[in-house]
Amino acid sequence: MFGNLSDRLAETFKSLRGKGRLSAADIDGTLREIRKALLEADVALEVVKNFVGAIRERALGDEVSTSLNPAQQVVQIVNDELVKILGGEARKLRNGKVSPTVIMLAGLQGSGKTTLAGKLAKWLKTQGENPLLVAADLQRPNAVDQLKVLGQKVSVEVYSPEVGSGVGDPVKVAKDSIAHARSKGNTVVIVDTAGRLGVDQEMMQQAKKIRDAIKPDETLFVIDAMLGQDAVNVAKAFEDGVGITAVVLTKLDGDARGGAALSVASVTGKPIIFSSTGEGLDAFEPFYPDRMASRILDMGDILTLIEQAQKQFDEKSALEMAEKLAKESFTLEDFLDQMQQLRKMGSLKSMLAMMPGAGQMRAQLDNLDEKDIDRTEAIIRSMTPVERNNPKVLNGSRRTRIARGSGMSVTDVNSLVNRFEQAAKMMKTVAKGGTPQIPGMPAGIGSVVPRKKAKDKKKSGSKSGNPAKRALQEQANRDGGSLPTSGAGSAFGIGN
Amino acid sequence: MSNIFFWRKKREEEKAEQSQPDSASDAQSLVAAELPRRSSRAGIRSLFSRIKFDLESLEQLEEILIQADFGVTTAEAIVTEVKKIAKAQGAKSESDLKNILAAVIRDKLATGNRELNLSSGKLPYVILVVGVNGVGKTTTIGKLATWLTQGNLKVVLGAADTFRAAAVDQLSTWAKTAGVNLVGPSSEGQDPASVAFQAVEYGVKNQADVVIIDTAGRLQNKTDLMDELSKIRRVIEKQAEIAEVLLVLDATTGQNGLVQAKAFSEAIAVTGIALTKLDGSAKGGIVVAIQNELAIPIKLVGTGEGVEDFAFFDPEEFASGLVA
Repeated sequence: MFGNLSDRLAETFKSLRGKGRLSAADIDGTLREIRKALLEADVALEVVKNFVGAIRERALGDEVSTSLNPAQQVVQIVNDELVKILGGEARKLRNGKVSPTVIMLAGLQGSGKTTLAGKLAKWLKTQGENPLLVAADLQRPNAVDQLKVLGQKVSVEVYSPEVGSGVGDPVKVAKDSIAHARSKGNTVVIVDTAGRLGVDQEMMQQAKKIRDAIKPDETLFVIDAMLGQDAVNVAKAFEDGVGITAVVLTKLDGDARGGAALSVASVTGKPIIFSSTGEGLDAFEPFYPDRMASRILDMGDILTLIEQAQKQFDEKSALEMAEKLAKESFTLEDFLDQMQQLRKMGSLKSMLAMMPGAGQMRAQLDNLDEKDIDRTEAIIRSMTPVERNNPKVLNGSRRTRIARGSGMSVTDVNSLVNRFEQAAKMMKTVAKGGTPQIPGMPAGIGSVVPRKKAKDKKKSGSKSGNPAKRALQEQANRDGGSLPTSGAGSAFGIGN
Repeated sequence: MSNIFFWRKKREEEKAEQSQPDSASDAQSLVAAELPRRSSRAGIRSLFSRIKFDLESLEQLEEILIQADFGVTTAEAIVTEVKKIAKAQGAKSESDLKNILAAVIRDKLATGNRELNLSSGKLPYVILVVGVNGVGKTTTIGKLATWLTQGNLKVVLGAADTFRAAAVDQLSTWAKTAGVNLVGPSSEGQDPASVAFQAVEYGVKNQADVVIIDTAGRLQNKTDLMDELSKIRRVIEKQAEIAEVLLVLDATTGQNGLVQAKAFSEAIAVTGIALTKLDGSAKGGIVVAIQNELAIPIKLVGTGEGVEDFAFFDPEEFASGLVA
């Protein structure tokens, strides 16, 4: 099976990186690979053609031939062009001139509009808004009920005067909802509409009527990351039909390569502003074009990872941890603590998948057993407080006892202690302001000062004595020098 | 459908013995009338709506196929084959070339048994419906249940999607439309495997002909959710054989469709594919790669939101529709 788009491009760049100077033939070979990789990633053909054309033009220009490291330059160009298509700078949700701000959701059936409505409402609440959900999908059986349940879960009112399932006029519901929101003092109205096909004239007409009735500040076009070549037709149909203002990408937590994002952004010229990354109602984040491009280029989505970490580690414990690090009193007890914090962040696998260079590790990631963390926890929990706070006291007989208590072998205990000591050492370096040598991570990352802490906690977590992960680390170590990301990372200033 | 007709005949004979005498042939024709084989033609759009297809544009064929989600590898293979046959036959005209292309596509899709497995005689026939989020599992079940009911089969639905908000309500709306019984979770978030178990148990007890189990949408890279499917399977098999595991695939899906089919097959041995949303502008070309690489036959197609918008997959129709 072919790997991710990231993997494919990484493979392509590997052969480029060794070269001092590039010939036109080198570039053409690379472009062929890029074309194929993009097509396999479901980027629409016409978009691929334009993309490859633009890269070729720039790559053959002076820009590359006079530069010291042409390979890096090609990588830079691909990244630039990806970011350009994906929308450049991240855009924020547009606010209405008068309250309430009106947001309309539109898209194909099953793209995830209703679930997204719930997530968006929840997120808006954290932004200090007072959202109202409007059930204007009166088509799909029980879509109204679904929205009601979601509203309840996120504690947001749902305006649902009609039962739906084919009954009621969605245009009227949408229209009335605005007055309702005004009377209730809502600051944002989110109108969920029925899924419709681009070719369904009647339903597109209805969407247009809804739009005209509520004059949305944002018309969000919801697409799922698995969408294929048809993304272009669908996007054009919705652009012509309702006139979208921005795009939301859902199901990004799957393994689809998400080429549709490129297609839609390219064809409509509209920015992707949010992405939906999981089943939970928290799995919702702003879309960062530069990060997506980095992800495509297999530089990992380290910034997203860091933000998630920041959200989860509460300030106070972070401060305490910082103090401990500074005083060099980091203990196994803290280690255990951190692992539990990490757990809160969600599946470790999805976290690891965001790490730079993870493309190479994907196969191993699939084999990663989260139970290994349980085992590590078991070992630490079998230690006395004294042992946890001072691993140096762990002599042979203590280790035997711990092994027995946790149902693991003495070797497991030994390797955990060893890795803990390494991790502790690394964290001290960080606390003193140094950059730890983390395999597979772009050099620039270590210098992200305000975010450093959270990220390193993550790394220490991943050194947590999980044998599968250790294998990953070792693998990364072995590959270290040849990881496509480590060389290219600083070129993009991903840490900025 | 012949399989189900034979089986129906047997059932009708049994019923005939119990109650009103009714000739077997009458019963058979009655059932045949009740279970029409709908055409999927309506949903298929031509690849060549805007492009003339001739020897020169043969070079463009690869791109045309790629745009229909056939994927680079499959598109290359088809073009090579079409060129070879065209050369051998000396075909030049547009209609000749189209016929060759249609035949190549059809042959790639015509392998495997496309009948729903409703003939083993071991009742109830359990159909497990799986797929990623938002592909149309529940809607497909609603249509399938209605169709089976129209053939006088006793159908029970099991609402084992206990995860998505209001999924059970959605299925129960379809159950009402189809006029069939539904077994749902007794408490919110009940283990889906236990719901599946209860549904099959109910089906066995009430002598249902078919039990269709709806499952929550799951992305194929979530191993724990995929493991859950194996559990559902094990639990069902304690009471009845699973006749069909239908993977519902959205025709708008790109190359990830192949990944989906592979992952679901590994997790739960998919026996057939239901290709939905074929009424849109998407061509669903990925099914060719799926059939070729994984030998999973496409059995059903969905062509709209209406209860009648569903048909049995016909490679001939599909292929000729694409080149029309």
